Amino acid sequence: MQYAAGVDIGSTQTKAVLMDAARAIVARTVIPTGAHVVRAGRRALEAVVAEAGVKAEEVRCVIGTGYGRYKVEAGDAQVTEISCHARGAQFIFPGTRTVIDMGGQDTKAIRTGPDGSVLDFCMNDKCAAGTGRFLAAAADVVGLSLEGIGEVSLRGTKPIRLTSVCTVFVESDIMNYLAQRKSVEDILAGVHQAIASRTIGLVRRVGVEEEVTFTGGVARNIGMVRALEDKLGTKLNVGPESHFMGALGAALFAVDRLMAAAPREAAGVEAAPVWSDGLEGR
Amino acid sequence: MPTTAQPPAANDYGSVVHDLSREVMTAWMTQLQDAARSGAPSAYMMVSGNCVEILRCFDILPVFPEINALQLAIRKKALPYILKAEEIGYASDNCAYVKADIGYTLLEGVGENGLTPRPSLIVCNFVGCNVYIKWFEHCAEMLGVPLVMIDVPFVRQGEAVSTGDLHYVMAQLRGLIAACEELTGRKFDIDRLREIVGYSARAEAGWSRAKDLCKTRPAPFDCYFDSINMMGPINALRGTKEAADFFDAAVAHYEMMAARGLGATDEEQFRVVFEGPPPYPYYRNFRNLFAAWKAVCVQSTYSTVGGTWEFGFRHDPDRPLESIAEQMLLHNLCNRTMQERYRQIRRYVEEWQADALVIHSVKSCRLFSAGQGDMREYFTKELGVPTLMVESDLEDPRYYAEAQMKNRIDAFFESLQYKRLRGSAAEARSVSPEGVSDAVRRGR
Repeated sequence: MQYAAGVDIGSTQTKAVLMDAARAIVARTVIPTGAHVVRAGRRALEAVVAEAGVKAEEVRCVIGTGYGRYKVEAGDAQVTEISCHARGAQFIFPGTRTVIDMGGQDTKAIRTGPDGSVLDFCMNDKCAAGTGRFLAAAADVVGLSLEGIGEVSLRGTKPIRLTSVCTVFVESDIMNYLAQRKSVEDILAGVHQAIASRTIGLVRRVGVEEEVTFTGGVARNIGMVRALEDKLGTKLNVGPESHFMGALGAALFAVDRLMAAAPREAAGVEAAPVWSDGLEGR
Repeated sequence: MPTTAQPPAANDYGSVVHDLSREVMTAWMTQLQDAARSGAPSAYMMVSGNCVEILRCFDILPVFPEINALQLAIRKKALPYILKAEEIGYASDNCAYVKADIGYTLLEGVGENGLTPRPSLIVCNFVGCNVYIKWFEHCAEMLGVPLVMIDVPFVRQGEAVSTGDLHYVMAQLRGLIAACEELTGRKFDIDRLREIVGYSARAEAGWSRAKDLCKTRPAPFDCYFDSINMMGPINALRGTKEAADFFDAAVAHYEMMAARGLGATDEEQFRVVFEGPPPYPYYRNFRNLFAAWKAVCVQSTYSTVGGTWEFGFRHDPDRPLESIAEQMLLHNLCNRTMQERYRQIRRYVEEWQADALVIHSVKSCRLFSAGQGDMREYFTKELGVPTLMVESDLEDPRYYAEAQMKNRIDAFFESLQYKRLRGSAAEARSVSPEGVSDAVRRGR
């Protein structure tokens, strides 16, 4: 059998997805990126190969994405996570026309065509305001885990107004509200609303078109899903693959390359144009 | 005149024109250093819509603090001077050109110890930016040098200026002439000015012709990254025979390249129009991010900061003073409205057949960058021109983040490449308004 993999080395976590030639997901994993970016990419790939119980040499094509895309040792090519999230989102939710990707350091709004191509995109500027890091900083101050704050925020009834969405100043801002005896629920509701407002600004710049798919690590946060849905006035596509959408898109591009190289070996599978040809070492 | 050169190899951006430019610019720098020692008269001047011809008429050497600042940046020497300026109170979001120049003057001095002469006169010829006015006022105060402030009314609409505005600027130019007469003890010679203005017109015709050659495929030079080779001569040396000759040689070289089908890159894949100044502290890195995609800039607004010659305007020896005033008012990028900038870019995209627009927004210049968000929206949503907006700074290295920059640029060209492959031209066509050419509509 032949397999293809996508490895997404993000600022906080590294994700990998292994796919067979028929574009079925065989295995996926997520590990912390840590300081050793190359090692994270290697371990994530080893983990999916082990989970699927396939031989390493059966993985014929690997595409790297995310900030560490050039650090994926086994990478045959690199594709930005913007293209990968668009492709992955369209694969899981074919009606997708807008993608909101919220990761550790970046928030992106992507407008996509029916084929998963990127029509336009916008990203937050060079600070972590309104990203996963911001939520992590807020969680720290109130003494909760990042995983739990979404649920807690939903219980807030009078969300506070943050004076700043700066990841550095959010701590003193929250301390101030705690000193005023505001509830943790209301504070977290305010935090989620502040990020949602900032994100909606980005999304409006590319234009909101339904369906809207939410991807990236923050998509696991139910508080953020609800806050975005409230502000957008529409339901978001969120699923178990949302966190892996970048790696999944990269795996899909890897299958494209595999098919273009040897289409007959996988009869019945449509070969897509290999636009990532020649991207090596760019 | 060079006619046999080969195109530059990948990532080696040197060229015949680059060498020619270095030659004439080095000669000017040497003149400045000589003047620093001899005390020969010199004057500070702004690049934007300048009236350098009047200084030349009195053999007063022009010194452009903006050019000094960008040279510090491109040589990666700007930061200590920026920090010095911040130390004495200039704000972190104050124009970094200003801070680099002020910091340099404070730490290194001018005159005998510095690279540039102590100016005999400071001429503030661009008042469209309040920070620039303060910059030259500070310089005059710091150095104890007389200041001539030329109030150039902003052109709020249309293609023409009122007679009142024209006369208002011409009256002030006569004031500058009087100041130059007083400084040098020489009488103003209108025939000398006609001769200088004639050289200006020749250089302008050359610059315009060179840009016109970028309409060919492949474009013989990159009209953003290589244009600085020509911006030095057109802005700092305009009005000299050397500048006019330089453009004759440059045009001959580019005509040869165009005739032989030689391009700025070995295989031109994408043609883009650039808006905004480049990130000088990371000039080569930034260029490589586009070169990796074989993207060539075919027109740029930045190259028209000194003057917009490609649409036909020339200095006129028969009307020397009037044409200088017209250029200061109407025929340069910064003294006109955002709508005029839209029209300029739209012509670039259509007539130079560009695939996309790239906006480099400058963090420390809100005056120039404000409105670029709307510009992006206008070009993407109303004209269907794929537009990328990135941000750093023209002078301050602290604003440049390579990984984020690369991510945005790669994603943008990935999407253009993907669209080409998937043939989604039909979709781009459906959103275009009437009156936009097919080249724009296709949004290739």
